Amino acid sequence: MNVKRFFLSLSLLGFSAAVATAATTLMSVQVNKTDLRETPSYLGKVVTSLVYGDKVSIQSQNGAWYQVTGNSRSGWVHSSVLTPKKIVMKGDSAAKTTASSGEMALAGKGFNSDVENQFKANHKEINFAPVDKMEKIKIPISEIQEFAKEGKLQSTGGAK
Amino acid sequence: MNLRNLTALSLCILVSGCGTLEKISEIGTGLAEASGAITADQAKSINTSAGAIDKASESMTPEQEYYIGRTVAATILSQNKPFDRQALTTYLNTVGQYLALFSDKPETFGGYHFLIMDTPDINAFAAPGGLILVSRGMLRCCESEDALAGVLAHEIGHIELNHGMLAIDKSRYSAVVTTLLAEGAKNLAGSNVAELTKAFEGSISDITSKMVNSGYARKYEFQADKAAIIILQRAGYSPTGLISMLTQMEKQLKPGGHDFAKTHPAPKDRIDQLNKLLTQSPNMAGSFVARQKRFSAAMREL
Repeated sequence: MNVKRFFLSLSLLGFSAAVATAATTLMSVQVNKTDLRETPSYLGKVVTSLVYGDKVSIQSQNGAWYQVTGNSRSGWVHSSVLTPKKIVMKGDSAAKTTASSGEMALAGKGFNSDVENQFKANHKEINFAPVDKMEKIKIPISEIQEFAKEGKLQSTGGAK
Repeated sequence: MNLRNLTALSLCILVSGCGTLEKISEIGTGLAEASGAITADQAKSINTSAGAIDKASESMTPEQEYYIGRTVAATILSQNKPFDRQALTTYLNTVGQYLALFSDKPETFGGYHFLIMDTPDINAFAAPGGLILVSRGMLRCCESEDALAGVLAHEIGHIELNHGMLAIDKSRYSAVVTTLLAEGAKNLAGSNVAELTKAFEGSISDITSKMVNSGYARKYEFQADKAAIIILQRAGYSPTGLISMLTQMEKQLKPGGHDFAKTHPAPKDRIDQLNKLLTQSPNMAGSFVARQKRFSAAMREL
Protein backbone atom coordinates (compact mmCIF):
# COMPACT_ATOMS: atom_id res chain seq x y z
CA MET A 1 0.00 0.00 0.00
CA ASN A 2 1.08 3.54 -0.68
CA VAL A 3 0.99 4.99 2.81
CA LYS A 4 2.02 8.49 1.76
CA ARG A 5 -0.81 8.69 -0.69
CA PHE A 6 -3.22 7.38 1.90
CA PHE A 7 -2.29 10.10 4.36
CA LEU A 8 -2.44 12.69 1.63
CA SER A 9 -5.93 11.52 0.72
CA LEU A 10 -7.06 11.75 4.31
CA SER A 11 -5.60 15.20 4.80
CA LEU A 12 -7.43 16.38 1.71
CA LEU A 13 -10.59 15.32 3.42
CA GLY A 14 -9.72 17.11 6.61
CA PHE A 15 -8.98 14.07 8.72
CA SER A 16 -5.24 14.63 8.91
CA ALA A 17 -5.04 15.98 12.44
CA ALA A 18 -6.90 13.15 14.08
CA VAL A 19 -5.12 10.43 12.15
CA ALA A 20 -1.61 11.87 12.38
CA THR A 21 -1.75 12.22 16.16
CA ALA A 22 -3.08 8.71 16.58
CA ALA A 23 -0.28 7.52 14.26
CA THR A 24 -2.36 4.61 13.05
CA THR A 25 -3.33 3.71 9.55
CA LEU A 26 -6.98 2.91 9.13
CA MET A 27 -8.30 0.76 6.33
CA SER A 28 -11.70 -0.66 5.41
CA VAL A 29 -12.81 -4.18 4.59
CA GLN A 30 -13.84 -4.16 0.91
CA VAL A 31 -15.15 -7.73 0.60
CA ASN A 32 -18.49 -9.09 1.74
CA LYS A 33 -16.98 -11.18 4.53
CA THR A 34 -13.51 -12.27 5.61
CA ASP A 35 -11.80 -13.92 8.54
CA LEU A 36 -9.28 -12.45 10.94
CA ARG A 37 -6.63 -15.12 11.60
CA GLU A 38 -4.10 -15.82 14.34
CA THR A 39 -1.21 -16.11 11.87
CA PRO A 40 -0.51 -14.59 8.42
CA SER A 41 -1.80 -17.67 6.58
CA TYR A 42 -5.10 -19.12 5.37
CA LEU A 43 -4.29 -22.06 7.60
CA GLY A 44 -4.21 -19.77 10.64
CA LYS A 45 -6.93 -20.23 13.24
CA VAL A 46 -9.88 -17.87 12.76
CA VAL A 47 -10.11 -15.26 15.52
CA THR A 48 -13.24 -13.48 14.35
CA SER A 49 -15.05 -12.50 11.18
CA LEU A 50 -15.06 -9.08 9.58
CA VAL A 51 -17.68 -7.77 7.19
CA TYR A 52 -17.88 -5.20 4.41
CA GLY A 53 -17.16 -1.68 5.62
CA ASP A 54 -15.55 -2.72 8.93
CA LYS A 55 -12.67 -0.41 9.87
CA VAL A 56 -9.36 -1.89 10.97
CA SER A 57 -6.17 -0.26 12.20
CA ILE A 58 -2.92 -1.59 10.75
CA GLN A 59 -0.34 -2.85 13.27
CA SER A 60 2.28 -4.45 11.05
CA GLN A 61 2.86 -6.11 7.68
CA ASN A 62 4.26 -9.49 6.68
CA GLY A 63 4.42 -9.93 2.92
CA ALA A 64 0.89 -9.64 1.57
CA TRP A 65 -0.63 -9.93 5.03
CA TYR A 66 -1.54 -7.17 7.47
CA GLN A 67 -1.74 -7.53 11.21
CA VAL A 68 -4.74 -5.46 12.19
CA THR A 69 -7.08 -4.65 15.00
CA GLY A 70 -10.71 -4.89 14.05
CA ASN A 71 -13.90 -5.89 15.77
CA SER A 72 -11.98 -5.39 19.09
CA ARG A 73 -9.66 -8.26 18.19
CA SER A 74 -6.16 -8.47 16.79
CA GLY A 75 -5.17 -10.78 13.93
CA TRP A 76 -4.10 -11.11 10.32
CA VAL A 77 -5.91 -10.50 7.02
CA HIS A 78 -4.69 -10.69 3.42
CA SER A 79 -4.14 -7.28 1.82
CA SER A 80 -6.66 -8.08 -0.95
CA VAL A 81 -9.55 -7.63 1.49
CA LEU A 82 -8.56 -4.10 2.49
CA THR A 83 -8.79 -0.70 0.84
CA PRO A 84 -7.37 2.64 2.00
CA LYS A 85 -10.69 4.17 0.94
CA LYS A 86 -13.12 4.90 3.71
CA ILE A 87 -16.19 2.83 2.99
CA VAL A 88 -19.29 4.66 4.08
CA MET A 89 -22.18 2.38 4.90
CA LYS A 90 -25.78 3.42 4.28
CA GLY A 91 -26.56 3.98 7.94
CA ASP A 92 -23.43 6.03 8.72
CA SER A 93 -23.96 9.68 9.60
CA ALA A 94 -21.16 10.52 7.14
CA ALA A 95 -23.30 9.06 4.35
CA LYS A 96 -25.43 12.19 4.46
CA THR A 97 -22.56 14.52 3.67
CA THR A 98 -20.25 12.60 1.37
CA ALA A 99 -20.27 11.43 -2.19
CA SER A 100 -18.24 8.61 -3.70
CA SER A 101 -14.81 9.79 -4.74
CA GLY A 102 -11.26 8.60 -5.08
CA GLU A 103 -10.94 8.55 -1.28
CA MET A 104 -14.40 7.48 -0.25
CA ALA A 105 -16.77 4.79 -1.41
CA LEU A 106 -20.43 4.65 -0.57
CA ALA A 107 -21.41 1.05 0.01
CA GLY A 108 -24.39 -0.16 -1.92
CA LYS A 109 -24.16 2.64 -4.49
CA GLY A 110 -23.68 2.45 -8.23
CA PHE A 111 -24.13 -1.06 -9.61
CA ASN A 112 -26.06 -2.75 -6.82
CA SER A 113 -28.97 -5.10 -6.19
CA ASP A 114 -31.48 -2.45 -7.34
CA VAL A 115 -29.67 -2.25 -10.67
CA GLU A 116 -29.46 -6.04 -10.91
CA ASN A 117 -33.20 -6.29 -10.26
CA GLN A 118 -33.91 -3.71 -12.95
CA PHE A 119 -31.65 -5.66 -15.32
CA LYS A 120 -33.57 -8.86 -14.50
CA ALA A 121 -36.86 -7.11 -15.25
CA ASN A 122 -35.47 -5.90 -18.61
CA HIS A 123 -33.97 -9.28 -19.53
CA LYS A 124 -36.26 -12.05 -18.37
CA GLU A 125 -34.46 -14.47 -20.71
CA ILE A 126 -31.39 -14.32 -18.49
CA ASN A 127 -31.53 -16.79 -15.63
CA PHE A 128 -29.61 -16.00 -12.46
CA ALA A 129 -30.45 -19.27 -10.69
CA PRO A 130 -27.23 -21.09 -11.75
CA VAL A 131 -25.18 -18.10 -10.55
CA ASP A 132 -26.95 -18.03 -7.17
CA LYS A 133 -26.29 -21.76 -6.91
CA MET A 134 -22.60 -21.62 -7.83
CA GLU A 135 -21.99 -18.79 -5.37
CA LYS A 136 -23.00 -21.14 -2.55
CA ILE A 137 -20.15 -23.55 -3.36
CA LYS A 138 -17.54 -22.87 -0.71
CA ILE A 139 -15.07 -25.63 0.14
CA PRO A 140 -14.04 -25.39 3.82
CA ILE A 141 -10.36 -24.58 4.28
CA SER A 142 -9.89 -27.79 6.30
CA GLU A 143 -11.04 -29.84 3.28
CA ILE A 144 -8.79 -27.87 0.95
CA GLN A 145 -5.89 -28.54 3.30
CA GLU A 146 -6.67 -32.27 3.35
CA PHE A 147 -7.00 -32.26 -0.46
CA ALA A 148 -3.56 -30.66 -0.84
CA LYS A 149 -2.01 -33.16 1.56
CA GLU A 150 -3.58 -36.15 -0.18
CA GLY A 151 -2.39 -34.86 -3.56
CA LYS A 152 1.15 -34.30 -2.22
CA LEU A 153 0.96 -30.65 -3.22
CA GLN A 154 3.98 -28.89 -1.74
CA SER A 155 2.97 -25.24 -1.68
CA THR A 156 5.51 -22.47 -1.31
CA GLY A 157 5.11 -18.80 -0.53
CA GLY A 158 2.22 -17.00 -2.13
CA ALA A 159 -0.86 -16.25 -0.13
CA LYS A 160 -0.54 -19.34 1.98
CA MET B 1 -22.50 -21.31 -30.21
CA ASN B 2 -25.05 -18.75 -31.19
CA LEU B 3 -24.17 -15.51 -29.52
CA ARG B 4 -26.36 -13.09 -31.35
CA ASN B 5 -28.46 -12.64 -28.25
CA LEU B 6 -25.42 -11.54 -26.34
CA THR B 7 -24.54 -8.83 -28.76
CA ALA B 8 -28.20 -7.84 -28.86
CA LEU B 9 -27.63 -6.62 -25.31
CA SER B 10 -25.56 -3.79 -26.67
CA LEU B 11 -27.24 -0.50 -26.05
CA CYS B 12 -26.59 2.94 -27.29
CA ILE B 13 -25.27 4.81 -24.32
CA LEU B 14 -24.64 8.49 -24.34
CA VAL B 15 -20.93 8.55 -24.92
CA SER B 16 -19.10 11.16 -22.96
CA GLY B 17 -15.36 10.97 -22.66
CA CYS B 18 -13.65 11.17 -19.30
CA GLY B 19 -12.31 14.61 -20.10
CA THR B 20 -15.80 15.99 -19.94
CA LEU B 21 -16.54 14.45 -16.59
CA GLU B 22 -15.90 17.56 -14.57
CA LYS B 23 -18.31 19.49 -16.75
CA ILE B 24 -20.96 16.84 -16.45
CA SER B 25 -20.65 16.70 -12.69
CA GLU B 26 -21.10 20.44 -12.46
CA ILE B 27 -24.31 20.14 -14.39
CA GLY B 28 -25.30 17.15 -12.28
CA THR B 29 -24.60 18.83 -8.97
CA GLY B 30 -26.27 22.00 -10.14
CA LEU B 31 -29.44 20.08 -10.84
CA ALA B 32 -29.20 18.13 -7.61
CA GLU B 33 -28.59 21.27 -5.62
CA ALA B 34 -31.50 23.05 -7.27
CA SER B 35 -33.80 20.15 -6.51
CA GLY B 36 -32.64 20.06 -2.89
CA ALA B 37 -31.11 16.61 -3.23
CA ILE B 38 -27.82 17.95 -1.89
CA THR B 39 -26.69 21.04 -0.07
CA ALA B 40 -24.59 23.81 -1.62
CA ASP B 41 -21.61 22.63 0.47
CA GLN B 42 -21.98 19.12 -0.79
CA ALA B 43 -22.19 20.37 -4.36
CA LYS B 44 -18.96 22.30 -3.84
CA SER B 45 -17.10 19.32 -2.44
CA ILE B 46 -18.40 17.09 -5.18
CA ASN B 47 -17.29 19.46 -7.91
CA THR B 48 -13.88 19.83 -6.30
CA SER B 49 -13.32 16.11 -6.22
CA ALA B 50 -14.73 15.43 -9.68
CA GLY B 51 -11.36 15.99 -11.29
CA ALA B 52 -9.94 13.26 -9.11
CA ILE B 53 -12.70 10.95 -10.23
CA ASP B 54 -11.53 11.35 -13.80
CA LYS B 55 -9.89 8.07 -13.06
CA ALA B 56 -13.43 6.86 -13.03
CA SER B 57 -12.55 3.19 -12.90
CA GLU B 58 -11.23 3.80 -9.39
CA SER B 59 -14.76 4.46 -8.28
CA MET B 60 -15.69 0.93 -9.30
CA THR B 61 -15.65 -0.89 -5.98
CA PRO B 62 -15.26 -4.68 -5.59
CA GLU B 63 -18.93 -4.62 -4.62
CA GLN B 64 -19.91 -3.19 -8.00
CA GLU B 65 -17.51 -5.57 -9.73
CA TYR B 66 -19.35 -8.38 -7.96
CA TYR B 67 -22.71 -7.33 -9.43
CA ILE B 68 -21.16 -7.01 -12.89
CA GLY B 69 -19.61 -10.48 -12.58
CA ARG B 70 -22.89 -12.07 -11.52
CA THR B 71 -24.68 -10.71 -14.56
CA VAL B 72 -21.84 -11.57 -16.96
CA ALA B 73 -21.93 -15.16 -15.68
CA ALA B 74 -25.73 -15.32 -15.86
CA THR B 75 -25.63 -14.01 -19.43
CA ILE B 76 -23.08 -16.60 -20.53
CA LEU B 77 -24.96 -19.37 -18.69
CA SER B 78 -28.12 -18.43 -20.55
CA GLN B 79 -26.33 -19.49 -23.74
CA ASN B 80 -24.47 -22.44 -22.22
CA LYS B 81 -26.48 -24.48 -19.75
CA PRO B 82 -24.68 -25.65 -16.60
CA PHE B 83 -23.52 -29.26 -16.50
CA ASP B 84 -24.88 -30.34 -13.13
CA ARG B 85 -22.71 -33.10 -11.71
CA GLN B 86 -22.21 -32.56 -8.01
CA ALA B 87 -19.06 -34.61 -7.41
CA LEU B 88 -17.28 -33.21 -10.46
CA THR B 89 -18.33 -29.64 -9.59
CA THR B 90 -17.09 -30.08 -6.03
CA TYR B 91 -13.78 -31.42 -7.34
CA LEU B 92 -13.46 -28.48 -9.74
CA ASN B 93 -14.15 -26.02 -6.91
CA THR B 94 -11.68 -27.71 -4.58
CA VAL B 95 -8.86 -27.42 -7.13
CA GLY B 96 -9.95 -23.88 -8.10
CA GLN B 97 -10.47 -22.48 -4.61
CA TYR B 98 -7.16 -24.01 -3.51
CA LEU B 99 -5.38 -22.32 -6.44
CA ALA B 100 -7.06 -18.97 -5.77
CA LEU B 101 -5.40 -18.87 -2.35
CA PHE B 102 -2.05 -18.56 -4.14
CA SER B 103 -3.03 -15.75 -6.48
CA ASP B 104 -2.22 -12.12 -5.70
CA LYS B 105 -5.95 -11.60 -5.27
CA PRO B 106 -6.96 -14.55 -3.10
CA GLU B 107 -10.14 -12.90 -1.85
CA THR B 108 -12.77 -11.03 -3.82
CA PHE B 109 -16.08 -9.50 -2.72
CA GLY B 110 -18.02 -12.71 -3.29
CA GLY B 111 -15.18 -15.24 -3.59
CA TYR B 112 -14.10 -17.65 -6.32
CA HIS B 113 -16.63 -20.18 -7.60
CA PHE B 114 -16.42 -22.61 -10.52
CA LEU B 115 -19.07 -24.17 -12.77
CA ILE B 116 -19.07 -26.45 -15.82
CA MET B 117 -20.88 -25.45 -19.02
CA ASP B 118 -22.59 -28.23 -20.94
CA THR B 119 -21.03 -27.73 -24.36
CA PRO B 120 -18.42 -29.56 -26.44
CA ASP B 121 -16.93 -26.18 -27.41
CA ILE B 122 -13.52 -25.50 -25.89
CA ASN B 123 -14.22 -22.49 -23.72
CA ALA B 124 -13.58 -20.95 -20.32
CA PHE B 125 -14.65 -17.58 -18.99
CA ALA B 126 -13.64 -15.57 -15.95
CA ALA B 127 -16.43 -13.19 -14.99
CA PRO B 128 -15.23 -10.26 -12.85
CA GLY B 129 -15.18 -10.96 -9.15
CA GLY B 130 -14.28 -14.64 -9.43
CA LEU B 131 -17.09 -16.56 -11.17
CA ILE B 132 -15.28 -18.99 -13.48
CA LEU B 133 -17.05 -21.06 -16.13
CA VAL B 134 -15.36 -23.97 -17.88
CA SER B 135 -16.86 -26.04 -20.72
CA ARG B 136 -16.99 -29.85 -20.94
CA GLY B 137 -14.94 -29.48 -24.13
CA MET B 138 -12.23 -27.68 -22.19
CA LEU B 139 -12.22 -30.32 -19.46
CA ARG B 140 -11.75 -32.97 -22.17
CA CYS B 141 -8.44 -31.30 -23.05
CA CYS B 142 -7.20 -32.10 -19.53
CA GLU B 143 -5.51 -35.42 -18.89
CA SER B 144 -4.37 -34.74 -15.35
CA GLU B 145 -5.23 -32.63 -12.31
CA ASP B 146 -2.17 -30.50 -13.11
CA ALA B 147 -3.57 -29.78 -16.58
CA LEU B 148 -6.94 -28.85 -15.07
CA ALA B 149 -5.14 -26.66 -12.54
CA GLY B 150 -3.45 -24.96 -15.52
CA VAL B 151 -6.82 -24.06 -17.05
CA LEU B 152 -8.21 -22.73 -13.77
CA ALA B 153 -5.04 -20.83 -12.86
CA HIS B 154 -5.17 -19.07 -16.25
CA GLU B 155 -8.75 -17.93 -15.55
CA ILE B 156 -7.81 -16.84 -12.01
CA GLY B 157 -5.00 -14.89 -13.68
CA HIS B 158 -7.57 -12.97 -15.76
CA ILE B 159 -9.40 -12.02 -12.54
CA GLU B 160 -6.22 -11.07 -10.70
CA LEU B 161 -5.26 -8.83 -13.63
CA ASN B 162 -8.74 -7.31 -13.85
CA HIS B 163 -9.05 -8.08 -17.58
CA GLY B 164 -12.85 -8.32 -17.57
CA MET B 165 -13.31 -4.91 -15.97
CA LEU B 166 -10.78 -3.38 -18.38
CA ALA B 167 -13.09 -4.33 -21.26
CA ILE B 168 -15.70 -1.85 -20.02
CA ASP B 169 -15.91 1.28 -22.14
CA LYS B 170 -14.96 4.38 -20.15
CA SER B 171 -18.22 6.06 -21.05
CA ARG B 172 -20.07 3.63 -18.77
CA TYR B 173 -17.99 4.79 -15.81
CA SER B 174 -18.80 8.42 -16.46
CA ALA B 175 -22.49 7.57 -16.48
CA VAL B 176 -22.13 5.81 -13.12
CA VAL B 177 -20.11 8.58 -11.52
CA THR B 178 -22.41 11.29 -12.79
CA THR B 179 -25.44 9.51 -11.39
CA LEU B 180 -23.71 9.00 -8.06
CA LEU B 181 -22.66 12.61 -7.82
CA ALA B 182 -26.16 13.80 -8.42
CA GLU B 183 -27.85 11.46 -6.04
CA GLY B 184 -25.30 11.77 -3.22
CA ALA B 185 -26.30 9.69 -0.27
CA LYS B 186 -30.00 9.60 -0.97
CA ASN B 187 -31.71 6.36 -1.84
CA LEU B 188 -31.71 5.80 -5.55
CA ALA B 189 -34.69 7.32 -7.25
CA GLY B 190 -36.35 5.37 -10.06
CA SER B 191 -34.86 7.43 -12.86
CA ASN B 192 -31.36 6.99 -11.43
CA VAL B 193 -31.82 3.24 -11.35
CA ALA B 194 -32.90 3.34 -14.99
CA GLU B 195 -29.84 5.36 -15.98
CA LEU B 196 -27.48 3.18 -13.98
CA THR B 197 -29.08 0.07 -15.48
CA LYS B 198 -28.32 1.41 -18.97
CA ALA B 199 -24.65 1.84 -18.02
CA PHE B 200 -24.78 -1.60 -16.39
CA GLU B 201 -26.23 -3.23 -19.52
CA GLY B 202 -23.56 -1.50 -21.56
CA SER B 203 -20.82 -2.79 -19.26
CA ILE B 204 -22.15 -6.36 -19.40
CA SER B 205 -22.28 -6.14 -23.19
CA ASP B 206 -18.71 -4.77 -23.37
CA ILE B 207 -17.39 -7.65 -21.29
CA THR B 208 -19.36 -10.52 -22.81
CA SER B 209 -18.71 -9.45 -26.38
CA LYS B 210 -15.00 -9.19 -25.59
CA MET B 211 -14.86 -12.57 -23.83
CA VAL B 212 -17.17 -14.46 -26.17
CA ASN B 213 -16.71 -12.85 -29.58
CA SER B 214 -13.52 -10.90 -30.11
CA GLY B 215 -11.35 -12.28 -27.31
CA TYR B 216 -8.91 -10.30 -25.20
CA ALA B 217 -5.77 -8.82 -26.70
CA ARG B 218 -3.07 -11.46 -27.15
CA LYS B 219 -0.91 -9.79 -24.53
CA TYR B 220 -3.67 -10.27 -21.93
CA GLU B 221 -3.73 -14.00 -22.68
CA PHE B 222 0.04 -14.26 -22.31
CA GLN B 223 -0.17 -12.24 -19.08
CA ALA B 224 -2.81 -14.64 -17.76
CA ASP B 225 -0.58 -17.60 -18.69
CA LYS B 226 2.30 -15.97 -16.85
CA ALA B 227 0.14 -15.36 -13.78
CA ALA B 228 -0.99 -19.00 -14.03
CA ILE B 229 2.60 -20.26 -13.92
CA ILE B 230 3.23 -18.29 -10.73
CA ILE B 231 0.01 -19.53 -9.10
CA LEU B 232 0.70 -23.15 -10.12
CA GLN B 233 4.23 -23.09 -8.77
CA ARG B 234 3.20 -21.52 -5.47
CA ALA B 235 0.43 -24.10 -5.11
CA GLY B 236 2.75 -27.02 -5.86
CA TYR B 237 1.33 -28.01 -9.26
CA SER B 238 3.57 -28.59 -12.22
CA PRO B 239 3.25 -25.71 -14.70
CA THR B 240 3.92 -28.23 -17.45
CA GLY B 241 0.31 -29.35 -16.90
CA LEU B 242 -0.77 -26.18 -18.70
CA ILE B 243 1.47 -27.09 -21.63
CA SER B 244 0.06 -30.64 -21.78
CA MET B 245 -3.44 -29.19 -21.82
CA LEU B 246 -2.55 -26.77 -24.64
CA THR B 247 -1.03 -29.64 -26.63
CA GLN B 248 -4.31 -31.54 -26.30
CA MET B 249 -6.27 -28.42 -27.13
CA GLU B 250 -4.30 -27.97 -30.32
CA LYS B 251 -5.38 -31.44 -31.41
CA GLN B 252 -9.01 -30.90 -30.51
CA LEU B 253 -9.67 -27.33 -31.63
CA LYS B 254 -11.65 -27.15 -34.85
CA PRO B 255 -10.56 -24.37 -37.20
CA GLY B 256 -13.26 -21.72 -37.50
CA GLY B 257 -14.89 -22.79 -34.22
CA HIS B 258 -16.67 -20.18 -32.12
CA ASP B 259 -14.58 -20.95 -29.06
CA PHE B 260 -10.89 -20.69 -28.17
CA ALA B 261 -10.21 -21.17 -31.89
CA LYS B 262 -11.58 -17.67 -32.32
CA THR B 263 -10.84 -15.87 -29.05
CA HIS B 264 -7.38 -17.05 -28.01
CA PRO B 265 -3.88 -17.11 -29.50
CA ALA B 266 -3.07 -20.48 -31.10
CA PRO B 267 -2.11 -23.09 -28.47
CA LYS B 268 1.29 -23.41 -30.12
CA ASP B 269 2.01 -19.69 -29.63
CA ARG B 270 1.02 -19.95 -25.99
CA ILE B 271 3.22 -23.03 -25.53
CA ASP B 272 6.17 -21.17 -27.08
CA GLN B 273 5.69 -18.26 -24.69
CA LEU B 274 5.29 -20.58 -21.71
CA ASN B 275 8.44 -22.51 -22.58
CA LYS B 276 10.38 -19.26 -22.51
CA LEU B 277 9.13 -18.62 -18.97
CA LEU B 278 9.69 -22.14 -17.77
CA THR B 279 13.37 -22.18 -18.63
CA GLN B 280 13.72 -19.44 -16.03
CA SER B 281 11.72 -21.23 -13.37
CA PRO B 282 12.34 -24.43 -11.49
CA ASN B 283 10.10 -27.28 -12.49
CA MET B 284 8.06 -28.18 -9.45
CA ALA B 285 7.05 -31.55 -10.82
CA GLY B 286 5.54 -32.98 -7.65
CA SER B 287 3.76 -36.28 -7.66
CA PHE B 288 1.32 -36.67 -10.52
CA VAL B 289 0.52 -40.19 -9.34
CA ALA B 290 -1.00 -39.09 -6.03
CA ARG B 291 -3.44 -36.89 -7.91
CA GLN B 292 -4.22 -39.07 -10.92
CA LYS B 293 -6.58 -41.46 -9.14
CA ARG B 294 -8.91 -38.75 -7.82
CA PHE B 295 -8.71 -36.89 -11.15
CA SER B 296 -9.79 -39.98 -13.10
CA ALA B 297 -12.56 -40.72 -10.60
CA ALA B 298 -13.95 -37.17 -10.80
CA MET B 299 -13.72 -37.00 -14.60
CA ARG B 300 -15.82 -40.14 -15.00
CA GLU B 301 -18.86 -37.86 -14.62
CA LEU B 302 -17.77 -35.89 -17.66
